[in-house]
Amino acid sequence: MFGKKKTSVLNPDFSRFQGTDHYITSLPLEQAVNASVALGRPLLVKGEPGTGKTVLAEHVAEALGLTLLRWQIKSTTRAADGLYIYDTVQRLHDSRFGDADVSDIGRYIKLGPLGLAFKSEQQAVLLLDEIDKADIEFPNDLLYELDMMSFDVLETGEHVEARHRPIVLITSNNEKELPDAFLRRCVFHYIEFPDRELMGRIVRVHFPDIESQLLADCIAAFFALRDVPGLRKKPSTSELLDWIAALRRSGIDTAKLGLQVPFLGTLIKNERDLELVAVAATGRRR
Amino acid sequence: MLLDFLYELRARRVPVGLQEWMALMEALGLGLHESSLTGFYHLARSILVHSESHFDAYDQAFGQVFQGIEADALDLEGELERWLANPAMLRYLSPEEKAALEALDLEELRRQLEERLREQTERHQGGNRWIGTGGTSPFGHSGYHPTGVRIGGQAGGRSAAQIAALRRFRAYRSDLILDVRQIKVALRKLRELRREGRQDELDLDGTIDETCRNAGELELIWRAPRRNNVKVLLLMDVGGSMDPYARTVSQLFSAAKQIKHFRDFKAFYFHNCVYEKVYSNARFSEALTVAELVATYGQSYKLVMVGDAMMHPLELLEPGGAIDYWSENRTAGIEWLRRLANHYERRVWLNPEPPRFWGHVTISAIRNLFPMFPLTLEGLDGAVAALVKSKAQAPAPGRWDVDSF
Repeated sequence: MFGKKKTSVLNPDFSRFQGTDHYITSLPLEQAVNASVALGRPLLVKGEPGTGKTVLAEHVAEALGLTLLRWQIKSTTRAADGLYIYDTVQRLHDSRFGDADVSDIGRYIKLGPLGLAFKSEQQAVLLLDEIDKADIEFPNDLLYELDMMSFDVLETGEHVEARHRPIVLITSNNEKELPDAFLRRCVFHYIEFPDRELMGRIVRVHFPDIESQLLADCIAAFFALRDVPGLRKKPSTSELLDWIAALRRSGIDTAKLGLQVPFLGTLIKNERDLELVAVAATGRRR
Repeated sequence: MLLDFLYELRARRVPVGLQEWMALMEALGLGLHESSLTGFYHLARSILVHSESHFDAYDQAFGQVFQGIEADALDLEGELERWLANPAMLRYLSPEEKAALEALDLEELRRQLEERLREQTERHQGGNRWIGTGGTSPFGHSGYHPTGVRIGGQAGGRSAAQIAALRRFRAYRSDLILDVRQIKVALRKLRELRREGRQDELDLDGTIDETCRNAGELELIWRAPRRNNVKVLLLMDVGGSMDPYARTVSQLFSAAKQIKHFRDFKAFYFHNCVYEKVYSNARFSEALTVAELVATYGQSYKLVMVGDAMMHPLELLEPGGAIDYWSENRTAGIEWLRRLANHYERRVWLNPEPPRFWGHVTISAIRNLFPMFPLTLEGLDGAVAALVKSKAQAPAPGRWDVDSF
């Protein structure tokens, strides 16, 4: 039952992912990525929105020097779309008006991201973004293809087999639970919210010239905001970065930020949360 | 052995199977754990665990199996590294095993290790007191801070067992109620898809068939999109003994209310037990009799009761036992509940009281009528499964037994 699986294409001294200049990783994340690459299993990444799940794929591709293929999953996405799409309507259309050679079905087969990753000359990084957006059964429909790394194009009888096992990264926002059979095949990583120290490093990567005082003030204010009890949507890393960018552009004096936050709209995006923050701020001033 | 760890995980209801275990063995074979216990902690977690809700159980199991051996995670060469691949073994050193270790030139290894420890003590202040706990084994039980383990410059540099001991993922456990969003995730499974409504979705197969039949002239066929047909009736106990759970219940309510895909969702309140009437607000000002309720909301509704089901037996079992003494109820509470139970085939009772209290006389009586689940995420999953599956069954045998918690 384990033998039929195509073995990993990597040798023991595989290229290791250790983050890039613009992406700070933690040891557990590096280890999860490397385990996924070495074992040839998809890496499932979960975490609060804005903790860099999608960006991770870009940087894995960059760090390993591979091309990134993106498959943005939507509620209407079907598993088969990732392999190929047979454009029936176009073919019908062509046959009616005689514009093209309709006898060649291959012309109407368009490979999807997974199909492209299989056919790619070079190993590719495939990102299945927000897999939880799709129907509950979606992940199950991909099991066979991800296991066997091959599929058949029914219309032409062509057998597509992966030249290189792609590195598959999957992100989920937990909107739906994923089926057990699918989970069992994945390496899982949960991106925790960065602590202050790590957050400082992350901000520095994006704003290398930021003054230490400003950085410390911003991070203090940011974590104070996150600590406001009862927030529906806590501000996340990407929102902190937006906010700092806005602050720097405006040149506001940030010495005593506290909870009196300029450009609060970049951090808090919910009316009720804004009220909560306002209440917390007045409470703190007293 | 490592197998202890596998069974410890399974005992803690982390769904780990052979497939994950084999993958872990393969990963260890490739040296992905970098011969350190911290590395092993993260590697094994990423492969064996598939949801952050199991992280806490993983931490507990890890602490159980690997406690007191973190000093072994030092990055040493040679023989010691081989032991590191099987760290759990060091826990049970019988005299025979000790003798076997002696044969591996234990003195030399011990000297190396002590040297290493001494170096690190000098760099770290106050390290002296951490070393050794009476010398049952040369490097066990020390709680030593293993700076020899690379952990990528993360703050603290905690050892794996220390990380596990922190139990930072306690908040993610699924057997505790979390937030509205997670309840929504659980409730989304409540669905029955049917094609209904306006026909505005292109039926491609139908179109092709019809077009062919039509000798190539395009003939478009439309069909109705699939919609969820689930109708939910929620009855909630409020006030009195339910006060401690008010927040949890209101989270459940807001989650259910926010779910747009129910075809219909209605909520009513009752106090302590259902008698003659239920109320459409929590102030009990607008009433609806149970007879009206049953007539208005037919059998196709799925009935979800929320309440602690804990009351004085008289309040449930005797006519006139209603908690508000001016409400003269001629029919006992249990009879009203039975009427509801008879009407609604698909029904569950969510109880915020932990299952260990379910031996209480009124709870047992109600469990005979309603499949009862704890008001936790896990319980909610069970309840949703029971609602979707088919007709209401007797309470799931054993699973939520009084003794199992």
